[in-house]
Amino acid sequence: MTEARPASSLDVARIRQDFPILQRQVYGKPLVYLDNANTTQKPRQVIEALVRYYETYNANIHRAVHRLGEEATAAYEEARMKVAAFINAPSPECIVFTRNATEAINLVAYTWGRANIRAGDEILTTEMEHHSNFVPWQQLAHETGAQLRVIGLTEEQMLDLRDGIESNFSDRTKLVAIVHANNTVGTINPVAEFAREAHRRGALVLIDGAQSVPHMPVDVQALDCDFLAFSAHKMLGPTGVGVLYARRELLEEMPPFLTGGEMISKVTLEETTWNAVPAKFEAGTPNVADVIAFGAAIDYLNDLGMPDVREHEKEITAYTLRRLRQLEDVIIYGPPGVEARGGVVSFNYSDLHPHDVGTLLDSQGVAIRAGHGCNQPLMRRLGVPGVSRASFYVYNTLEEVDVLIEALKAARAFFKR
Amino acid sequence: MTRARDEEYARQEAELDELYRDVILDHYRSPRHRGSLASPTISREGLNPLCGDEVTIELGLKGDVIAEVAFHGSGCSISQSSASMLTEAVLGKTLAEAETLFRGFTAMMLGSDEIDPESLGDLEALSGVRKFPVRVKCATLAWHTLAEALELTRRDRGK
Repeated sequence: MTEARPASSLDVARIRQDFPILQRQVYGKPLVYLDNANTTQKPRQVIEALVRYYETYNANIHRAVHRLGEEATAAYEEARMKVAAFINAPSPECIVFTRNATEAINLVAYTWGRANIRAGDEILTTEMEHHSNFVPWQQLAHETGAQLRVIGLTEEQMLDLRDGIESNFSDRTKLVAIVHANNTVGTINPVAEFAREAHRRGALVLIDGAQSVPHMPVDVQALDCDFLAFSAHKMLGPTGVGVLYARRELLEEMPPFLTGGEMISKVTLEETTWNAVPAKFEAGTPNVADVIAFGAAIDYLNDLGMPDVREHEKEITAYTLRRLRQLEDVIIYGPPGVEARGGVVSFNYSDLHPHDVGTLLDSQGVAIRAGHGCNQPLMRRLGVPGVSRASFYVYNTLEEVDVLIEALKAARAFFKR
Repeated sequence: MTRARDEEYARQEAELDELYRDVILDHYRSPRHRGSLASPTISREGLNPLCGDEVTIELGLKGDVIAEVAFHGSGCSISQSSASMLTEAVLGKTLAEAETLFRGFTAMMLGSDEIDPESLGDLEALSGVRKFPVRVKCATLAWHTLAEALELTRRDRGK
């Protein structure tokens, strides 16, 4: 089948040459990697930054008086500046490095949350949260006697805001914990409007940006959020690095999360005082190498330009939706258009389990996610045990979508035999 | 190069056929003993949190013998057909024999050479799953659930 294909806003052929793993084959077939919402592949520039650190200036940071330590410290802090600029944070001191987005959210729940949430307070969240932005708040509510208020979804897995955003708030609302772009159905939420309403009422907003920061321009000052969490490995960077952005005053007020080395100012046998932010929240030796390599990933994305990254994903998502709709017995989840969704398409064959589909696609070299996608409340709402999910990034092509579609047809035929 | 690729592809096709043998697909399409018992002696739910597979095994005991068995749940073809095959394998067996089958089955799935898969009868059909490590837990879910049910029964009776 031939179809007119839109031209990409990115030079994908050139981009693909930067990713060594895209050369590999799986079961004799070229790898078609469509599991980017899970984790993305890494360009040579990121891998080389890791190797360069370990081969030429490996040292601990913030405490070595020698040359290597100076270089490592400078590179680590430069990465913090790159992250701050990438999301338009007012200063690098607003950026705390964690292990992942989950830890960033837990940091807020354990420090700000336990210091500020009281019995009877309300935490507003949604039915489409990833477990990482749901379980910490549910636990906090259980511990403190606060109420977890959960916004439900429409038939197209968008937030049910028919009664207006403000109807979900009360004078006890203390925090809104909301995902910017959902990881399974792709829905993009009006987070800036939530921030406006929250601030009008003196509440704070935490945005889970794990699926938005890698895929579209995100400006924390424009969104006016209080906290933003995301992960390096979902945006070309290494595993083991997460980011918490927080307004500086909040970081100053919040008690520390983990205590020990590096986060202290003065320790006596009786008392300890805390280091300045953000060091107060980075106890122990951080993940120096991976943070530095994350800086290289941000450089790479800046070179591509985030508006073009978003355009590319919109094109590929629109094409995927169109091709999937031509298949029989395929149910597609999420918003119908690409404006309200990220580069994620989840679907099911009405009579095949996503794991069986996943295994069959894998045999064709096509890597997708199969399962609940860490969205069990959402799966319950959809009434399915799981979904098959294709998710895209800068190196994916429309030809790869064609391979996906053919592999799906083959999977269907296999189980019909 | 092309030949090596073709060979690898052919091997993968063969492994897929091994994974989804006809007997497995038959159990998936026409599950045996699917449903619930009117008054089970013991009922146990097994969950695979990673992929969301769910299997409940129910046993109706007469003395030491599994006189009735049923399963229900949801999940992939491997998890559900494995549960269906389990019910056929343990019906009419004593608790001790069911325990032996559990050990034999898990040994087979771990690739242990201490067990002759042929001694497991139809269950041998699931040996092809071993080539797909991420799917092994789908095949063993029902069996681990059964083992928990047997353990609970033993504890209850020990009281």
